[in-house]
Amino acid sequence: MTYQTQVAIIGAGPAGLSAALEVAKQGGKVMVFDENDRAGGQLFKQIHKFFGSGHHGAGVRGIRLGQQLLEQCIQSGVEICLSTVVFGIFPGNELGIVKDGRSHTVKADKILIAAGAGEKPLAFPGWDLPGVMGAGAAQTMVNINRVRPGNRILTIGSGNVGLVVSYQLLQAGASVAGIVEGLPKINGYAVHANKLMRQGVPVYLSHTVIEARGDGQVEEAVIAEVGPGFVPIEGTEQTLSVDTICLAVGLTPSVELPRMAELAMVHLPKMGGYIPLHDSHMRSSNPDIYVAGDVAGIEEASTAMEEGKLAGVSMAEALGLVSAQRARELAGEIEERIGELRIGSHGDARRMAKEEIVRGYEAWLAKQK
Amino acid sequence: MRVEKHPVLGDLPEAKLVTITVDGRRIQAREGEVIAAALSAAGIRAFRKTPIHHKPRGLFCAIGRCTDCAMTVDGVPNVRTCVTRVREGMEIETQDGLGKWGEGK
Ligand SMILES: Cc1cc2nc3c(=O)[nH]c(=O)nc-3n(C[C@H](O)[C@H](O)[C@H](O)COP(=O)(O)OP(=O)(O)OC[C@H]3O[C@@H](n4cnc5c(N)ncnc54)[C@H](O)[C@@H]3O)c2cc1C
Ligand code: FES
Repeated sequence: MTYQTQVAIIGAGPAGLSAALEVAKQGGKVMVFDENDRAGGQLFKQIHKFFGSGHHGAGVRGIRLGQQLLEQCIQSGVEICLSTVVFGIFPGNELGIVKDGRSHTVKADKILIAAGAGEKPLAFPGWDLPGVMGAGAAQTMVNINRVRPGNRILTIGSGNVGLVVSYQLLQAGASVAGIVEGLPKINGYAVHANKLMRQGVPVYLSHTVIEARGDGQVEEAVIAEVGPGFVPIEGTEQTLSVDTICLAVGLTPSVELPRMAELAMVHLPKMGGYIPLHDSHMRSSNPDIYVAGDVAGIEEASTAMEEGKLAGVSMAEALGLVSAQRARELAGEIEERIGELRIGSHGDARRMAKEEIVRGYEAWLAKQK
Repeated sequence: MRVEKHPVLGDLPEAKLVTITVDGRRIQAREGEVIAAALSAAGIRAFRKTPIHHKPRGLFCAIGRCTDCAMTVDGVPNVRTCVTRVREGMEIETQDGLGKWGEGK
């Protein structure tokens, strides 16, 4: 069958739900699609307390933030379709969806892609053995499925994902044999790192994993110190007895749908890979398609929510649901809050990368004329 | 390997148990959990064999994206066990390569 809606949103994570709420508040009809059977995107796995300022939900656990957003959306009349995969995006603003093994079409005036990000893999001899997995997979296993993926864990990568997941594996009763980081310093926030170090978890800085070994599954990991250019230094190899290796080597925006829609892209390693160009209010190179959250560059739940709201306001304005003046006021408030989030050494780099995306969009637009 | 006690999430709630068969071996699963959770809890880590080298593969993304956890379930090959929930009497087989329809049924 064919569904008709003013706004169709792909992804019920913090970005998608925040956008939905903003459009619904202005009286728009919104449908949100997510392949998971729970709403909240990455948030529903996050049992730790978040950082940021009060109105960004600092001190609240991610899982709770997701529930709050979901409740607000439902109260505002947003239609949320779970266990529904969006498999394609076609000319004429059409989405192809699959639910319960049947495909349907959705026609929308405006589309928001808020599909989030996927984990990057890391290849080394033995990385295909059962027991090598994404850190996100290990997190899903302990926090959602309540089963340990293994008992003795080695984590590769000391960004926030690596640190948070390692700590959550400890909370689930596993032991963490160490965290391996290629850089000479820990990459994530000190608060997360300190919690692990207080538990005696060793951090191997300037190290990498060179091999996973085992008969049919991981039984040990070989790590080594790296020199300039991340080349392993001979003679520094150490063998650790572990049954699980968690890869936390970064996220990359899930741009399958933006590619299918032929959106103009830019490659920015700092933001995780290829990113759809967009204007300062999240509109992509296709005037009917918007992007927000991790798919528009890897950041955090707090920025994803604000970008979602911004996209929501722009879509509401484009649909004539709010006046240009009111939209400007709303967008101004949101941009002020986003500004507060993109400060500090981590935030500055993200703000500059975001500005590069918008400049890329403007250059692309100038070429179209 | 079940997380029975948890400092944030609390105790594992009671659940009805169902019986599933994995390569002919009967194991207990919690009603409503995904197949991959039941297998991991039973210590099973190799889910399928690769098509060319027949090497074992297991859980990798746990969110239905990578297909590394594919098995033959009730005769249907290529079922992603990390996003498919158990049912009483389910018959699950390690899948070799691309799998064949009707295996394990
Ligand atoms: C371990 C970990 C710890 C974190 N800790 C923090 C923290 O402390 N503070 C913080 O601010 N942020 C944190 N983050 C980051 C935060 O979770 C993400 O930045 C945020 O969730 C991104 O939101 P999003 O809406 O863009 O994407 P997601 O939350 O990834 O949501 C995208 C949704 O889209 C769905 N989807 C994708 N493609 C399709 C499709 N084709 N069809 C249907 N559905 C689809 C996905 O299933 C998913 O539910 C953490 C992340 C991780 C992994
Ligand atoms: S583990 Fe990736 S699809 Fe199941």
